[in-house]
Order: sequence, then C-alpha cells, then structure tokens
Amino acid sequence: MSMSAYDGTAMLGRQLRRVRNNPGLLVLTQTMPITMLLFFGYVFGSALAMPGEQYRSYLVPGLLVATAANGIMTGMFQAAQDVHRGVTERLRTLPISRAAVPLGQSVADVVVSGAGLVPFLLVGLAVGWRVEGSAPQAAAAVGLLLLFRFATTWVGIFLGLLSRNEEAAGQLGGATFILPLLSNAYIPTEGLPGWLRPLAEWNPISAVTTALRDLFGNAPVPEGGAWPVAHPIAGSLLWCAVLLAVFAPLAVRRYGRGEG
Amino acid sequence: MTSTYAVLSEGLKKRFGEVHALRGLDLAVAQGTVCGILGPNGAGKTTAVRLLTTLLRPDAGSARVAGHDLVREPEAVRRSIAVTGQYASVDGDLTGRQNLVLFARLHRVRGPAERAAELLDRFGLAEAADRTAATYSGGMRRRLDLAASLVRRPEILFLDEPTTGLDPASRNLIHDAVRELTADGTTVLLTTQYLEEADQLAHDIALVDKGRVAHTGSPAYLKALIGAHVEIVVADPGVLARAATVLDQLTGGEPSFDKDRNAVAATTRDTTLTLPRLVRELDAAGVPLLDASIRPPTLDEVFLRLTEEVAA
Repeated sequence: MSMSAYDGTAMLGRQLRRVRNNPGLLVLTQTMPITMLLFFGYVFGSALAMPGEQYRSYLVPGLLVATAANGIMTGMFQAAQDVHRGVTERLRTLPISRAAVPLGQSVADVVVSGAGLVPFLLVGLAVGWRVEGSAPQAAAAVGLLLLFRFATTWVGIFLGLLSRNEEAAGQLGGATFILPLLSNAYIPTEGLPGWLRPLAEWNPISAVTTALRDLFGNAPVPEGGAWPVAHPIAGSLLWCAVLLAVFAPLAVRRYGRGEG
Repeated sequence: MTSTYAVLSEGLKKRFGEVHALRGLDLAVAQGTVCGILGPNGAGKTTAVRLLTTLLRPDAGSARVAGHDLVREPEAVRRSIAVTGQYASVDGDLTGRQNLVLFARLHRVRGPAERAAELLDRFGLAEAADRTAATYSGGMRRRLDLAASLVRRPEILFLDEPTTGLDPASRNLIHDAVRELTADGTTVLLTTQYLEEADQLAHDIALVDKGRVAHTGSPAYLKALIGAHVEIVVADPGVLARAATVLDQLTGGEPSFDKDRNAVAATTRDTTLTLPRLVRELDAAGVPLLDASIRPPTLDEVFLRLTEEVAA
C-alpha cells in the first residue's frame, strides 16, 4: 500500500507538471464555465421567470457541478492520449502498482479543478452570488463538489482506456455537455414534462447541484422531487460511492490488463 | 540450464480475433547477448515483444524472463526488464529531465535528479533537457526513450525498432549504448528492420515468420545456410545466356539476371567453388568477363531467401 502511495505521488507529480507544461486544456476548461455563467446569467436569464440576480445565484452551483462533471471529459482525454501515445504501455512495463497511474491522474485532476474554483467563484461573487449559509456548510459543499469531480474523473479514465484513439475520445468527451442539460443544473426540474422529470432528477448532477444550493444557502430543496433530489446530501454521497465502486475497479483492471 | 538463458519461451501463442499473431514461439536467448528478432511485417515480432514484456498475456505456452515465470510472476519480470519501442514511449508533455526523474523515482533509484542529469549528458540531451519532449526531433526522442530505460541498469533490455528513421549519428549513439550494456552483462532483445544493424550488433538472430521462429543462429550460421553469392558481369549481353548455363552447372542454383548491368547471379553451398575455378570455367566456355565475384550473402539476401522458403 505504501508502495502504491509512493508511485501514486510520483504519478500525481507527473500529471501536475503535464498541466503546467501544457496549459491549453486547463485554460479552456476554466474559461468555459465563466463564459457560460455570463451567457446564461445575462442572456438566457433575461427570458426566465426568475429575477436576474436570483437566477445567477441559482446558476452558480449548477455550473460548478456541470464543470465537475467535465471530469469525464478530461479524464477520458488524458487517459486516451496516454494510450494513443504509448505512455500507458511504457508505464505498464514498470514494476509499479497497477492503481498508481489512474490514481495519480484522478488526484491531480481534483487538485487542478479545485484550484480552478477560485477564478470561477470570484466571477460568481462579482455577478451577485453569495455564500448564504454557514462557513462549515460552504466547506462541505466544496468537499462534496471535489468528491464528485474525483468520481467523474474515474468514469472518464475508464472510458479513455477503452477508446481506440484520441479523436474518438475527444468527440465522445465533448458529448458529455448534454449531461447537465438533462438535470437541474441550469433550470428547475419542476417545469419539465412528467416523463422527463424523473430522468433529470435521477441524473447524479441534479443531486449534487441541489446539495450545493442547499449547503451554500442559494435555494431550498425543491418539493416533490425524486429521492436523490429530495435527500440531496445522502443522494450525492451515494451517487459518488456508486460511481467510484463501479468505475475505479474497472479502470484499474483495464489499466492492468491492457488491450487485446 | 534455465539460469543461463535470459529469455526462454516455449510454444507462446497469441490470437487477435481471427488473426493468429503467434503460432508457437520458441525462443532461447543466452544471458549477456544481443538477440536480433527479424521478420517481415506482420510476422509477429512486436507481438512477441509485447508478450515477453508482460504487456499482453499469452493464450498458450510458457516463458521465463530473467528466470521468472511470465504469467505467474509478471511483477518480478517487470523489475528485471526495460522496454523501449515504437509503442512504449516517454511523455511528450514533460521535459526530458522531468521524464527521466519520473522514471528514476518509479524505479526507486537513489538521487533521481543526479541520475537524470548523467543520462541527459551521455545521450547528448543536456541542452534540450528542459524542453518538453514533444518538441524533440525523432532522434532526440528515441535517445530519451533509451535513456529512460537505463535509469536503472536492466537485466534484459527490449528494443523494439530503436533506430527506425534515425540519422546515422543517433543510430551510432544507440549502437554504442547497446554494446556497452552487453559488455556489462545486460541481455538485449532487438527487433529491427535494418538487417545490417542486426548483423553488426546481434550475436544470434531469430528469424520470425508467420508467428514462429523459422530459423535461429548467428549471422554467420544463417549466411552459411543459404551459401555464397556468386555474380558474373559481362560486357556483351549476347553471352549472358552462356554465362548463366556455366553458372547453373557450377552452382546448381537457379541463376537470376540483372539485365541492366549485364549480370547474372546465383547462390551456392559448394565450398569448393573458388574464384580461380569460376574464372577458368567461364574462360573455357568462351565468356569474356568484365567482373566476377564470390562473397558471403548479405543478411538481406538471407532474410529474403529464408522467408521465401517458408512461404513456399
């Protein structure tokens, strides 16, 4: 286990250096949610029933979670890139723990996206979002968000190890932008058609978004939602546990076995 | 006996769907030698390397690598080997130095920074050390790949086409490194498209074709297998047919013509055929010669001949 931790730390360092040497993807994934906050908050928000300032407060937690769900995209892209470029094969011939490489990648991703919260939240504050709950609750919200990011990154790593090439991974990864559209990240689910509402509310993004709105004190837990939305904190933790329990072992196994 | 072999495989098989990449690979590589694995594209060379380096699991057969069972003790195998090749690469997003420090740390090398600096120097990468590897030329990249395999001296080094597409200077650097390593007792398994490279470096050659080792032995042995290359060049194309008849009688091999050069050639295993005898016989048959030669075959010729035989 200590060996795994040592290797994992080395791989964490590698991922962080990789991002620092080549910050293109980071800049893109960081500016995207800020752009969306401004667009949604001012352009689309003007057409919604909610007053502008209130909608922007509602939107900030939603975008935080939608961005965290991008862990699928970055996890997939980085893993596919490593496979495609032969780095994965090289690492697999080394006498290191099988879990070290994906673990290093996922922890690095959490660190990087955690740092990325700062500029986004500053813009959030500028457009009227506030922490309306207590400090421990706000800290719990951030913790939950990072846990969710950790879980989605593992989903991405597994899919990236499966993918045949970088382009396919990029395209499939890009398609994940649909996921928050089918949730309460941008709009309340109460107004959705009857058949669509449960689908959106069983989306893990909805549970985590509701939990964040609750913990930051931006919006109350909506009435009459599906179980994960009605019990957002338990629902979020459960979703993260399920995603990790399924995808982390799959990713480690896939990594250890390789292709073919 | 097994301890004297760095690699010993029996009946290794690997299938990808309908494609039988390896149909039973038997390979014995003596410790401290360079074994060249040659074969046409698709013969199974790369699959063989990927199996022996634990990247793939065999469907059948067994192998011991550095004395460890390939399937049951993959961790122990990985501790003994290093791999540099077309499909196993360093990280282009890291600098040369960062790559080597990372590999040194993963190999538990003491003083990873010092080791990295030493290797960067040795492989002529000191100046480019702090640029990302993605900006390196092909030759620099390959040298960095090899350096990453040597952060800790491996018992067995697998080099999968290490010099394909490289300039002569980079190639020489890699050849020198291979010679130094074997002098220190490391075993090297080398796949290459350059037969001359195998001829220079390899103590033994395993000629792989259709997923099996078709022939194995030293380059000299393999050359003796197909015999000497006899060639006659004449000035007058009209006597070429007569020259071919003489050559056929002397060698028993089917003569092949090179009409552009007015040349005819054949191979022979007959060691009593000397140059004076060849010239006398041709003179007696009234063939005016421009040039005649008997020389050992190049490994290219061996390769073509032996893989043709297997195909036939």
